[in-house]
Amino acid sequence: MTAGITPGISTAPVLQVNDLSVTFRTEDGPVSAVDRVSFEVGDGEVLAVVGESGCGKSVTAMSLAGLLPRTATVDGSVRLDGVELIGADKRTLRTIRGREVAYIFQEPMTSLNPVFTVGHQIGEVLRTHIGLNRQAARDRSIELLKLVGIPSAERRISDYPHQLSGGMRQRVMIAMAVACDPKVLIADEPTTALDVTIQAGILDVLRELRERLGTSIVLITHDLGVVADLADRVAVMYAGRVVETAEVHELFAHPQHPYTAGLLGASPAAGRHAESHRLNEIPGLVPVLTQQPDACTFADRCPRAIDTCTATEPDLTPGHHRVACWNPVREPVEV
Amino acid sequence: MRRYLFHRLWQSAVTLVLATIVVFAGVRALPGDPALALAGEDRDPESLRAIRQQYGLDQSWLVQFWQFVSHAARGDLGQSIRTGAPVRGMIGSALPVTIELSVLAILIASVIGVGAGVVAAVRRGRPSEWAANALALLGLSVPHFWLGLMAILYLSVALGLFPASGFVPFFSDPAANLHHLVLPALILGTGLAAVIMRQTRSSMLDALSADYIRTAEAKGLPPKSVIGKHALRNSLIVVVTIVGLQLGALISGAVVTERIFALPGFGKLTVDAVFQRDYPVIQAVVLVTATAYIVINLLVDLLYSVIDPRIRVRGDA
Repeated sequence: MTAGITPGISTAPVLQVNDLSVTFRTEDGPVSAVDRVSFEVGDGEVLAVVGESGCGKSVTAMSLAGLLPRTATVDGSVRLDGVELIGADKRTLRTIRGREVAYIFQEPMTSLNPVFTVGHQIGEVLRTHIGLNRQAARDRSIELLKLVGIPSAERRISDYPHQLSGGMRQRVMIAMAVACDPKVLIADEPTTALDVTIQAGILDVLRELRERLGTSIVLITHDLGVVADLADRVAVMYAGRVVETAEVHELFAHPQHPYTAGLLGASPAAGRHAESHRLNEIPGLVPVLTQQPDACTFADRCPRAIDTCTATEPDLTPGHHRVACWNPVREPVEV
Repeated sequence: MRRYLFHRLWQSAVTLVLATIVVFAGVRALPGDPALALAGEDRDPESLRAIRQQYGLDQSWLVQFWQFVSHAARGDLGQSIRTGAPVRGMIGSALPVTIELSVLAILIASVIGVGAGVVAAVRRGRPSEWAANALALLGLSVPHFWLGLMAILYLSVALGLFPASGFVPFFSDPAANLHHLVLPALILGTGLAAVIMRQTRSSMLDALSADYIRTAEAKGLPPKSVIGKHALRNSLIVVVTIVGLQLGALISGAVVTERIFALPGFGKLTVDAVFQRDYPVIQAVVLVTATAYIVINLLVDLLYSVIDPRIRVRGDA
């Protein structure tokens, strides 16, 4: 799992992650959350990182710009336009956060500071990174609110977060994130906490930003519907490792890792399961690993496990559609 | 906002009336008779009756109460039974001393308490947190009067850094005024500083683990903005509440502190009046204290809405 996931991107990748590992010190000893994860994101590309809760996808996202707590040890390499971020000093990271790499979080209810107006919170990014004065920051903030589809932005700019609905707050988060036109937008479960009808609107905003500003997006989600809607490529994570990666249509049509196939089978979709009316579940839970074993971490739950799976760790295969599995699904699966 | 303010003012008026009744009855329930105290050794019934008549003590409680209230409403708080001086003048000279002492104490306590609390929260688990916690525990457990005496003994008498007692009005010599008040204010503020420190620390810890702090960090804001603005502003809501609640303790603490440092403030006036059964003075002192307490609480409530916009809007609704 050492090389980049997709060698096929035409332009140079904006974000290059190589062998990223994260370990947390806990009272019960070290816990490995992310294990040698590698991926690349091209200019204007949307990469979805998919997996169950606890698979390490959010930790991966946080580690990219050094947002993890002090109990975390991060190894490997994260390059943004060739600049190494792992081990970079705090000052450098601060100039990159919000300006080059921006974040959107899952909970728009709590991610905005309740005691400052949304205009102040957006303007703060502009004043910090671009040095705009108060008036210029305010004007630009109004433009940004319009960009993310907030009606009567001139009035809304003086609102406090509690005066806005969940969907509006998430739009404010997005406006704040794209304020400095970042190269990479990391969206950590941006629609999970929202109603389905609101979700679609947020995804539309993200899609439009990608088209208008050419922002690359790393989309962290467990929702395959969101992936199908927005992503160009998908990296499937399981227990801290990337187990499969492919272009989105290819992955949905021909999942090769049994875990990916299981995820797709567990996801409801119109027209499928018409006869059984039941979703297939993957038995068991994602393990918490104090150390990464030299084996496939999915072997315990895998219906296709063979002897090799518990004895040796599989590497990602080369090519456009890469999978780390000793006994991958080759035939078109019925999910 | 206007409705909220009106509601609060109405509440305050009711509280004030109740406080007046309680004090009026309470003072008269005390054992002891001002006429006896005033007559001294010479207690012939004739002079006692004359004294009672002069101060209206021979009237029924209801009449006395009405007279007190109707006079007070016109700003006339009566005359001291003891000295015959107008009570209004006595309060006018004592009140500024106590107000200045209390304001200084709150200022000192807030600066020390909030500062130490932020340090303790940010440097969690390091020696500076332990030091701040130990200081807070000390500040809470050591009584004022002892701390005051020790301060006089070591800082004033031995080192000569501060005057041991006395008071200089602010407008006659501001520097000397502050020099006289710094030590009493520091002593009076220690308990409050400790409470503020502990409260700031715990609410800062809450704030620092909040999602919006992660957002602030993800925005690339410098630590002084993340901690000093985003986290502190949210923590202060709780701290302001605590300061408001502690004001009662501060006022009673002022009585002790004023005794120790011989400051001619409200505390001294109150204690003297109680010992001499000086009804008009006691009543006036409590009336003014209750008014001050109500006004301060109103200000604290208004301060919330400045710090926390969510309260402002709820009040509007």
